Amino acid sequence: MLDPVIASRLQFALTTIVHIIFPVMSMGLAPFLIYFTWKDIRTDDPVYEQLRRFWTKIFAVSFVVGTVTGIVLEFEFGTNFAAFSTAAGELFGGPLATEGMMAFMLEATFLGVFVFGREKVSDALYMVSAVAVGLGTWLSAVWILVANSWMQTPRGYELARESGQLVVSLVDPIAAYANPRFPWMFVHMQNAAVLSVALFMAGVAAYHVWQRGITADDDREGARFWRKTLKIALVVLLVTAPFQAIHGDAYGRHVYETQPQKFAAMEAVWETDSYVPEYIFAVPTSLDGITDPRAKELFGIGIPGGASWLASGGDPQAEITGLSEFDTEAPPVAVVFWSFRLMVAAGFWFILLAFWAAYRWWTDELYDDDLLHKAFVGSSLLGIFAVEVGWIVTEVGRQPWVIQGVLRTSKGVSPGLTGFEATLTLVGFAVVYTGLLALYTYVIRRIIREGPPSVDETAGGSEAASPSGVTGDD
Amino acid sequence: MTDYGAFATDPLFGLPLQELWFGLVFFILGMFLFLDGFDFGVGAIFATRDDDEERETLLAAIGPFWDGNEVWLVVFGGALFAAFPAVYANLFSRHYLLMFAILGALILRGLAPEMYEQRHDEAWQTWWGRAFVVGSVSAPFFLGVFAAHWLLGVESLLSLPGVVVGLAVVALTVVAGVGFLAMKTRGSLQRDVAGYGPRAMAAYLALVVVTLGYLVAVRPDLGVLAPVPLALVVVSLAAAAGYLLSLREGRYTLAFGTVPVLVFAFVALVATLMFPLADPATGLTVADAIVSVLPLNIMSVASALLLPLVFTYFGILYSTFSGPVETGESYS
Repeated sequence: MLDPVIASRLQFALTTIVHIIFPVMSMGLAPFLIYFTWKDIRTDDPVYEQLRRFWTKIFAVSFVVGTVTGIVLEFEFGTNFAAFSTAAGELFGGPLATEGMMAFMLEATFLGVFVFGREKVSDALYMVSAVAVGLGTWLSAVWILVANSWMQTPRGYELARESGQLVVSLVDPIAAYANPRFPWMFVHMQNAAVLSVALFMAGVAAYHVWQRGITADDDREGARFWRKTLKIALVVLLVTAPFQAIHGDAYGRHVYETQPQKFAAMEAVWETDSYVPEYIFAVPTSLDGITDPRAKELFGIGIPGGASWLASGGDPQAEITGLSEFDTEAPPVAVVFWSFRLMVAAGFWFILLAFWAAYRWWTDELYDDDLLHKAFVGSSLLGIFAVEVGWIVTEVGRQPWVIQGVLRTSKGVSPGLTGFEATLTLVGFAVVYTGLLALYTYVIRRIIREGPPSVDETAGGSEAASPSGVTGDD
Repeated sequence: MTDYGAFATDPLFGLPLQELWFGLVFFILGMFLFLDGFDFGVGAIFATRDDDEERETLLAAIGPFWDGNEVWLVVFGGALFAAFPAVYANLFSRHYLLMFAILGALILRGLAPEMYEQRHDEAWQTWWGRAFVVGSVSAPFFLGVFAAHWLLGVESLLSLPGVVVGLAVVALTVVAGVGFLAMKTRGSLQRDVAGYGPRAMAAYLALVVVTLGYLVAVRPDLGVLAPVPLALVVVSLAAAAGYLLSLREGRYTLAFGTVPVLVFAFVALVATLMFPLADPATGLTVADAIVSVLPLNIMSVASALLLPLVFTYFGILYSTFSGPVETGESYS
């Protein structure tokens, strides 16, 4: 039996890592669906109806799986982290309740209208439902990130002890909820979601272009749909990929200023130093270092002064506080160090991919470069991967704290929880979520292979041509 | 630091916010039990249908609604967390395995219809159909166990009173599902479904009577024989009579209209018997467990602004898909 603290942390990690896939899909698809719906209503071009219906199917499946995995997370604060919930409930419960009432309700009710109601409601109400669903997904992120960002840069609270128990009481809600980290997180996360979905769309479209040899003047069924998907995804990729890197650079400085221990772990800086290199690759110098993730001595290839430059915003001589200066033990440095590098590497690859594709588009060879198509197919899930490792940097990098500087993670776990119970549910989730991921993948692959729904072009956007049960939204 | 003045020290308008929030938490639980309750009932009734078209009709009947209905459970968790964090934490961690049983059932129930529609071969639909039924029946059962254990302060995974209340809640969801489907279907399906109503109601009433008998005999401290609980029992009996009469006369909308009365009477009974405790197992009272005035005022303002909007959304959703399911309509 595992220790309940370890098992609870592993379980929360597992359930969050799986859950985040689905909100990334729905938040990232939201702006696309609003655009497709708008164009479908305002133009007679049937390709927009196809785009709306095809991507709505994927949205709907993602939403369902996101709902059932999301409730698990909300409950886990109580089941596994009861001490944290009791201590921080005044600050943490409010945003979660508000998320439910303000965001989730909006999304879930209008999703019914959006998925099933095209023929039943006016164009105006249908457009409203598309916007409401999209707004709901983004408002969810607002409140979840309000709660999470407060755990990174807590403000507006006072510590008290009530009958021996630590209580974090709310004294300044504006300071607490509009805390310094929130805008950084929100922009980084939402842009990441849109970027991830753009990569996914581009990958799916490139797969069809590559497999079927679709050309620029191909008029076979579905050819125009996939060309359109690829181009729209590419435009979004060209905006979001460079923006993510520029924003991420500034975000890194903010992390250095507000969570220096996390920044030191991201760069594996043990001793305070100036002119710290940015390691692109690094390995521990001793065998002990391989089994101990907190290797102190690194051998690697680095850009001289790079980490100092990142921390200070341009000064390669800047001093970085090392991990050994802090009173608490360091977070698992290897995990944070490598997750950060994988995220950044993925980010630069997305920029390269975007420019490569844009160049091919400019030279009228977008549909001819199969290497590019393969690159897109191979990268279709990398956006989600980057989100995952990015969150690992954020959450593992905050350790040993669950609330930075206020409450340790080990003190947040439910006191009555036994190793047996925690291990049992951990194993249960490992099994159930593996099955869940397999089913989700299976369903999404079927939708993709089936391709766009056929629409009756003469009827100007009616859905009559699709047999019932195959269509996504009637 | 911002000065919040009286907003940080006095309850808004001098309202009894602690009691109001205790009531609101149970009201939200009631909304969940009413709305997702009929979805669960549809899942149970699904087990009685072999015909593909009838099964599709049942799934289509709840298709646009169940997602929104289930969100009431999320809001219940959030509201309990925001207003009574210690109760939320103690209750959920104490009923550790039970909570995950509820979550597992909800995962099965949510996933199954989506999967059922993906492929149209027999084995696939048989298995996902069964998963849908198991999820739809076990979710309300475990919720009933949870409600009983919360009220009675039971700490084990299962107990006899927990099982009885669990079965009562399952029967109640079938009552709700019958009322809903009787409105949404036509023809022989409608006749068959309506025919389950009296049996489900008889089961519900019998299980409630057993529970009340147990409470009177074993837990006199809860005060079941006080005026308010007795009034709620009378209201339930009147609603049950109304349900049965309306079903017999084929007035299905009216029959469904009695379902919220039954559900809220049930939830109000649990809340009344529990009050002034908020977590009987630990002896925490509502006054002990409530958050301080500032967050309580904030959440009160937020709820007062947001809940009317939520009801508007539900109004739009239910009026868009009012009337019986049209033939050929499918789940997804």
